[in-house]
Amino acid sequence: MNTNYIGKGTSRVDGREKVTGQAKYAAEFTAEGMTHAFVVSSRIAKGKIKSIDASAALELEGVLDVFTHKNRPKLAWYDKSYQDEDSPPGSPFRPLYDSEIQFSMQPIALVVAETFELARYGASLVQVEYEEESHTTNLKANREKAYNPKKYKSGEPPKSRGNMEEAFAGAAAKVDQEYFHTSEHHNPMEMHASTVVWEDDGTMTIYDKTQSVKNSQNYIKKIFDLSTKDARVISPFVGGAFGSGLRPQYQLFLAVMAALALERSVKLVLTRQQMFSFGHRPATIQHLQLGASKDGNLLAAKHEAFAETSRFEDYAENVVVWQNTLYKCDNVAFDYKLVGLDVYTPLDMRAPGGVTGMYALESAMDELAVAAGIDPVELRLKNYTEKDQNEDAPFTSKELKECYRQAAEKFGWEKRNPEPRSMRDGHKLVGWGMASAAWEATQQEASAKAQLTADGKLIVSSATADIGTGTYTVMTQLAAETLGLPLEDVTFKLGDSTLPYAPLEGGSWTVSSVGSAVKKVCDAIGERLLKFSRKLPGSPFALAGLEEVKFENGMMKLKSDPSKGFYIKDIMQQRELDVIEEEVTSKPASEQKNYAPYAHAAVFVEVKVDEDFGTITVSRVVSGVAAGRVINTKTSRSQILGGIVWGIGMALEEESFMDNTFGRFMNHNLAEYHVPVNADVHDIEVIFVEEHDEIVNPIGAKGLGEIGIVGVAAAIANAVYHATGKRVRDLPITLDKVM
Amino acid sequence: MNQFEYTRPTKQKAALEQKAKSPATKFIAGGTNLIDLMKHGVENPQKLVDINRLPLHKIEQTKTGLRIGALVANSTVAEDKQVLEKFPLLSQALVSGASAQLRHMATVGGNIMQRTRCYYFYDTALPCNKREPGSGCGALEGINRIHAIFGFSDKCIAVHPSDMCVALAALDAKVLVTGPNGDRSISFLDFHRLPGDQPEKDTNLGPDELILAVDIPASPFTKNVHYLKVRERASYAFALVSVAAALDIENNTIRNARLAMGGVAHKPWRLLGAEKALIGKQVSEEVFQQAAAVAMQGAKAFEHNEYKLKLAPNSIVQALKNAAGMA
Ligand SMILES: Cc1cc2nc3c(=O)[nH]c(=O)nc-3n(C[C@H](O)[C@H](O)[C@H](O)COP(=O)(O)OP(=O)(O)OC[C@H]3O[C@@H](n4cnc5c(N)ncnc54)[C@H](O)[C@@H]3O)c2cc1C
Repeated sequence: MNTNYIGKGTSRVDGREKVTGQAKYAAEFTAEGMTHAFVVSSRIAKGKIKSIDASAALELEGVLDVFTHKNRPKLAWYDKSYQDEDSPPGSPFRPLYDSEIQFSMQPIALVVAETFELARYGASLVQVEYEEESHTTNLKANREKAYNPKKYKSGEPPKSRGNMEEAFAGAAAKVDQEYFHTSEHHNPMEMHASTVVWEDDGTMTIYDKTQSVKNSQNYIKKIFDLSTKDARVISPFVGGAFGSGLRPQYQLFLAVMAALALERSVKLVLTRQQMFSFGHRPATIQHLQLGASKDGNLLAAKHEAFAETSRFEDYAENVVVWQNTLYKCDNVAFDYKLVGLDVYTPLDMRAPGGVTGMYALESAMDELAVAAGIDPVELRLKNYTEKDQNEDAPFTSKELKECYRQAAEKFGWEKRNPEPRSMRDGHKLVGWGMASAAWEATQQEASAKAQLTADGKLIVSSATADIGTGTYTVMTQLAAETLGLPLEDVTFKLGDSTLPYAPLEGGSWTVSSVGSAVKKVCDAIGERLLKFSRKLPGSPFALAGLEEVKFENGMMKLKSDPSKGFYIKDIMQQRELDVIEEEVTSKPASEQKNYAPYAHAAVFVEVKVDEDFGTITVSRVVSGVAAGRVINTKTSRSQILGGIVWGIGMALEEESFMDNTFGRFMNHNLAEYHVPVNADVHDIEVIFVEEHDEIVNPIGAKGLGEIGIVGVAAAIANAVYHATGKRVRDLPITLDKVM
Repeated sequence: MNQFEYTRPTKQKAALEQKAKSPATKFIAGGTNLIDLMKHGVENPQKLVDINRLPLHKIEQTKTGLRIGALVANSTVAEDKQVLEKFPLLSQALVSGASAQLRHMATVGGNIMQRTRCYYFYDTALPCNKREPGSGCGALEGINRIHAIFGFSDKCIAVHPSDMCVALAALDAKVLVTGPNGDRSISFLDFHRLPGDQPEKDTNLGPDELILAVDIPASPFTKNVHYLKVRERASYAFALVSVAAALDIENNTIRNARLAMGGVAHKPWRLLGAEKALIGKQVSEEVFQQAAAVAMQGAKAFEHNEYKLKLAPNSIVQALKNAAGMA
């Protein structure tokens, strides 16, 4: 038995459950007497409901009720009651609150029936009359209405430094360009769903698709005036979320409302079309000005963004902060404005703002390299910064230089002819492009509980989520390694609001935050074991402190003489202990405040372009990633691969088509909303660059959930330029833009 | 609830009788299109006549060519030895469509009868003359990236999405149908319609008629053929533009030619003029370009599909080059 798991490619502990269909998702739970609900969605984008007639639906046998703004139960009315952990400043959307329509596909009625089919049919019979008002959904056409929000959810523009205008005017090499990308939707495979089980004692067990059971629970507690006991939220498995589960979505609200009103169990699953009716990555226009000296030293940089938000909340993300993180420059200016449109509030989507901001910044850097006649990697190295200029703080660690070096070498970058259109593969043009990437690696407060039982089995738990990233596996590894137990003897529990607090499963901070709590609670158990073992006959630990022992192969051993020790099971049995239990909260160390925590990556891409058709193939990607300690090489690699594949989608395919006449997204199904298929994905290589970080958090690991997608779109756009000589500054780069 | 009835007759006669009884009856074959449309509320049949037990599953040789039963799966046709040998163009078109799973379920009859993928047709909250005659066309001034550049009307600018049909149009196939008045054969070019004032009618198949088979006449187009499909990802996407090209070449002279396009019109778009421009000419890129220019006469684009005016001729030239082995 070997109980060293950190840094190994441990297979998913829940893999078998998943592939055999044992893993249950929110919509798969059921209970006796389950009723089914279906949402009626608004046809218009703005206006009022003049009348709503549900009589035909109500006449159907088996339809239990139809909820609308007219007959909904009493609801909380303070904005605060509707705010959740991920709410931007503003006034959150309240389903069925009044007759106001604020966006197309807004839920305006809920039909509850004995069967799903009946509920759906009932929904089709609900007659709605609208008083239409003219709506605005076009970001580009409404740019002059942009404003600076009073408060930024995140991504507040950094302070200007130096004199950007003057330095830019005097620069030898310049870029002054605008970049654009459209709205995109998260589109996880699993639709958003909530199954509310009405228990005999009048409490509710709620199975919800969410990235935080605590967030879901608090949300409904506040709105429906419930106690913690009234509503337990459970979410053991999530079929992808990518940010869509960071905020409680309206199916949770509606299912709970109906269950409370009917005192029945209710299941509500959104349709794929309805998955296009809430948060999305906001369409954004970015203006970049970069100026450099002849030899490529950055003299001036300006980054401005104009992004869509809803009329009711000011959503903002980290778009314009990356120049300060990536490149040294003394004359900088930033701005970030929002444009209110008649759409739902945008929502964090994998590396929110990062993929966006670095798409523009890294494209502009490529243009600057061309303007200055310098190799793109060299330009980046020249302007490399050892300090994050946002906070004027050193990095907790930064091996980005190694990322460039190792990835460039693997890719064969030195063979690149800088001349556009200089490389060919038969009929096709070949292009090589690269980009840098960074993403935050913060630690949040998190709690965890551990129970060690007499049989030597350990259960560790925290109310976090596993959205497919591998949380179950990594936490199990961390706990097993800390206490030297075999993996099979360790169970990690998550996704239950009765468990200790964990932050939202987002921001790439789960391993760092929950992982630190897991390690800490296991250390606490270790400490207890040590105490118990000191008094055992012949104990080698009588005088030992925790730092003098190690846990390995089911045993506690003396570090100085590993032949001396006890089996953990024996300690428990000899001291007649049934269980040792600990619960801890782990908070970021105050020392962290003096440093800037970031993961970094360098992405190198080869594309092949058929100019006759404008079609682009991403034939090769090499990504060098520096993200501290890699806990699990297998799940980490999966995260980066997934990020790169999504980056391909973002660069070339993904686009939610907004029809501005109807104010509605039109390609609301997966046949028409394109994400990469297997045939689009070719050779991808992931390199994890060694990086030691003692500061970032107690386990030294930076998150990997988001860094993989950052930079990919820019690298592809840069490669397309290198292949064709044509700079497309508008994502996705569909064939019509290249041909 | 839309409580539709479901029957599964084993005799053709019974199937026809059930269909004749009510216009709200629909045949169902693989169900890969119809079930989707029912879920979206686009189609609301009161009765489904499952035709899978009818004896229409064979591929047979006839005196004039090959007869493919209406219920043969798309994947079976694509892999059939005779098809590969005699009509490789058809096989190429089929494998470029949908995904392996869908091709296993999809039938020849269903593929011919599949409906447009226009966004507005699919969204029952919005106007669409095809779905709801008289309600207007949302695409005309909406998102019309995937829409027609030929043969549209102010009532409808949708395109027929099939790949298979483009090859069948090029191969001069005929659709054998049966109805209350017996069997009849409809030439492929006359089978699908242009939208005109009645975009709700996709085809000239009578409401009581059933497709029995497709007849493909023997032809010399066994070697120099190519089906080219341009789409927004490498697989599992409908054609933005596709071209079925077939050449009969002897001593570098084009003796005969067939050309049809997909993704550009309300029906598979046969390019008879361009074919004429090819026949008798020497194989050369210039000749192909001339043919493409003829093919594009009369094309007109909307706000978002202007790229097709360039993509279509480029595709024609490339398909012809591939067919001629010019690479
Ligand atoms: C995600 C997706 C991607 C796709 N991509 C492509 C693609 O790239 N290229 C492509 O060509 N196709 C594509 N398809 C469409 C697919 O080819 C069709 O759905 C399929 O061919 C329909 O055949 P079916 O047997 O399933 O028809 P069904 O769904 O059973 O029926 C379709 C229609 O045909 C009628 N019908 C069926 N048989 C007969 C008959 N014998 N006589 C009279 N009427 C009949 C039915 O009444 C119905 O109206 C795609 C489909 C999906 C879902």
